[in-house]
Amino acid sequence: MPGSKSAAGSKLLFAGSDWNFATLSRTYDAIEKIALEELHLDVYPNQLEIISSEQMLDAYSSVGMPLMYQHWSFGKRFVFEDHLYRSGRRGLAYELVINSNPCIAYLMEENTMAMQALVTAHASFGHNHFFKNNYLFQQWTDASAILSYMEFAKKYIARCEERYGTPAVEVILDSAHALMDQGVFRYRRPPRLSSEKERERARERLEYEEQTFSDLWRTLPPRTSEDDADEVEQEVAERKKKLNLPEENLLYFLEKNSLILQPWQRELLRIVRVIAQYFYPQRQTKVMNEGCATFVHYYIMNRLYDQEKISEGAMLEILQSHTNVVFQPDFDDPRFPGINPYALGFALMQDIQRICNEPTPEDREWFPDIAGTGNWRETLLDAWANHRDESFILQYLSPTLIRNFRLFLLKDKSSDPYCEVASIHNERGYEAIRAALARSYDIGVSQPDIQVVDVDLLGDRHLRLQHNVKNGVLLDEESRDSTLRHVCRLWGYNVSLAGVDAETESRLYETSATAG
Amino acid sequence: MPIYIDRRLNPKDKSLGNRQRFLKRAREELKRTIKEQVRAGKITDVDAEHRVPMPARGTSEPTFRPDRSSGERGYILPGNKEFAPGDRLPKPGASGGEGGTGAGRGGSDDDFQFVLSREEVLDLFFEDLELPDMVKLNLKEAVAYRPRRAGFATSGSPTNINVGRTMRNSYGRRIALHRPKRQEVERLEAEIARLEVESDKLGGKQLEALRAELESLERKRRRIPYVDPIDIRFNRFEQQPLPNASAVMFCLMDVSSSMGEREKDLAKRFFVLLHLFLKRRYERIDIVFIRHTHEAREVDEETFFYSTQSGGTVVSTALEEMQRIIAERYPSREWNIYAAQASDGDNIAGDSERCASMLRDELMQLCQYYAYVEIIDERETEIFGATDNGTSLWRAYRTVGDQWPNFQMTRIARPADIYPVFRKLFARQSASPTRR
Repeated sequence: MPGSKSAAGSKLLFAGSDWNFATLSRTYDAIEKIALEELHLDVYPNQLEIISSEQMLDAYSSVGMPLMYQHWSFGKRFVFEDHLYRSGRRGLAYELVINSNPCIAYLMEENTMAMQALVTAHASFGHNHFFKNNYLFQQWTDASAILSYMEFAKKYIARCEERYGTPAVEVILDSAHALMDQGVFRYRRPPRLSSEKERERARERLEYEEQTFSDLWRTLPPRTSEDDADEVEQEVAERKKKLNLPEENLLYFLEKNSLILQPWQRELLRIVRVIAQYFYPQRQTKVMNEGCATFVHYYIMNRLYDQEKISEGAMLEILQSHTNVVFQPDFDDPRFPGINPYALGFALMQDIQRICNEPTPEDREWFPDIAGTGNWRETLLDAWANHRDESFILQYLSPTLIRNFRLFLLKDKSSDPYCEVASIHNERGYEAIRAALARSYDIGVSQPDIQVVDVDLLGDRHLRLQHNVKNGVLLDEESRDSTLRHVCRLWGYNVSLAGVDAETESRLYETSATAG
Repeated sequence: MPIYIDRRLNPKDKSLGNRQRFLKRAREELKRTIKEQVRAGKITDVDAEHRVPMPARGTSEPTFRPDRSSGERGYILPGNKEFAPGDRLPKPGASGGEGGTGAGRGGSDDDFQFVLSREEVLDLFFEDLELPDMVKLNLKEAVAYRPRRAGFATSGSPTNINVGRTMRNSYGRRIALHRPKRQEVERLEAEIARLEVESDKLGGKQLEALRAELESLERKRRRIPYVDPIDIRFNRFEQQPLPNASAVMFCLMDVSSSMGEREKDLAKRFFVLLHLFLKRRYERIDIVFIRHTHEAREVDEETFFYSTQSGGTVVSTALEEMQRIIAERYPSREWNIYAAQASDGDNIAGDSERCASMLRDELMQLCQYYAYVEIIDERETEIFGATDNGTSLWRAYRTVGDQWPNFQMTRIARPADIYPVFRKLFARQSASPTRR
């Protein structure tokens, strides 16, 4: 083969566009060297899997997990993706990476060798480092356990389908999927008491009650109506405390407290909840995650080119797909789909590097800590580890970037027939734009805040939910009512949802679903 | 060194199960869509893939999601060109750039279509026709193929080696490369043997030369094999569809005003089904549409089902037209002739007998099969269901049915009534005495 001969003669890792496992691993080693020695990345062991385009479509539709239980909604997604792909309206991603230990990345067989190199740097080092080091992932996900958990989940659900019938399982999964967004803990970890400890405490409590029992209490005269209101309030407070209310994680609450669910149905809710929680950090770090991976692949590819390990042709191909990925159309462009997380993330990372190396006076004023330190590697590693999109943008979006993107803030009040430009890229607008952009990446703001506020388990068991309405943004009514019916199905008794304005505490709407 | 795993050979259709679940869920809606497409489309189109819009009901996935038209929100957008703070932009009506981050994702669901495979379409189509499973299987079956000899190939399985062809190649190669023949070697050996006996006299020089020659011949024989892999030829087979005769299907329908939307729809399903049956058996099928009021004319499918014509009802005109077309274009020794007639049973007085006699004496001799369906009101089934009484056409046709076993007639009021008409046709299929 002339190709491999010339590659062996020069320093090139590969020549031509065909790849084989020898070139793949030779290139991997070169990439790894730069990633670990120059960028000081810290990664899980890598596992790279070669798949075909059909398999990529399969992987897409099961939310990117290599193992997933069966459900019709994944079929719907598959049909959808398949259609977009076949009609040429959307290309396939070049790669897919899974936050697991070992970190699994998929390479498509159709990729050229240059693309495989790019993907390896992007996924197996960029994303991998981020997964391993970012605090959200460290706190909320367990990379080494997820694959075996998914295997358990898949088998468990298949077994339930065998035993109870597919329709019975589907009904529960449908309802659970509807509440998936409300199935995560945002602020606190779930209480973790070992069952033994719990039993111990229950026994102690019982013993205490027995010891302090006095028959005299029974002989007290019945309460008068005067202190009734007080009493009721106290009772409500008591039972709220008992049930740990208010509770933001609806799936968790239903799983633990619903009176009509069988143990296997609770387990299904738990599975859906665990998966939702697993993906929660990814949704909060889209910009950073992609920015980190894109920055890493850009750096590594350029270094390889500097070392003359990849040819000019391959570098051109890499640059071309790199620029495609970080392309940001303007708001009035018909192609505008929103802010491209790759573009924004990559720009942010590069900007940090610039500020550290060649700061302008403006940068020195805005970023006194890092400007001119030349310490961009540590700064980036620190940012990747300790931020999510919201806080990252709030801290690092520089006036230079705002000017480069020509960002502006548009205020949209539903009562007005117009939108108003509130801020643009000027001295007065920087702060406002930065804060608004950061806020738009805060899931706590963009996702409706719905909590369980009260339920009387001993009375009529009416479950009360409360939607804390922020900025007057209500829920889509049709979807809201069907979702509420799903809650009702899992709870088994009446459920009502009240919309309360977060500031004025006035009640905006109330709707309910009755168990039938 | 990372772990590389080649998954390309893993099973591909991981999502197939999910797809089936999805279709099952959307069944009712898809059924309605297919029904509409059958109603609007051509008879021959049923037996193919169909594009259908994404079903919305039963497959929606509700969540608590913000209502885009309420409240107050701020968007950060890139690419400001001329705006200054305080500028006001009129809100775009339904769409536009202000959709914010999610605008691209949600809206496109509606116009999105996907493709149902032929099997899936037939499943949906058959559902309320109440076909027995065996029949369904038979109709869904693809065309049968038979391997046919088609020349030679350089690769194949050992059982298919063509010895004659292989040896011919081997012979040619041996000649071209001058492979020493056995006789040559034997002759030389004999010579050497002879010389060895008399060697003493003439010295070993000649003998040595001969021995060297023999050795070189042997070496050459070893180097050039008798049969080389490149000589080998295999018989090549091609999958050929089973040779089926052609058939022509006549669709006759009364289009006078008494035939309403429902009647036509039922008639169409009947024709579609007949077409599917015939398609299994014949490679080529022509369809002839003849519609009639008080006069009959051959028309295209569009006109047949959709345009209306006023006038009386003289059924025999359609039969005459059919006779004329057969004589003109479809000689019965080359074509299998099938006819399906749909009507509501109305006919002008005295014409029914004429129809019956035409069928008895002439047409039934030409036809493989003649099916007559009378489309009646659902309420009428109770009255007419059991008796032989009925319209004049029905009574007249009864006499034909008694004489000709390949004449079938039935009354249908619901889609499920259609299949029994074909029962006999299908039963005969195993014997299949088709004319050529």
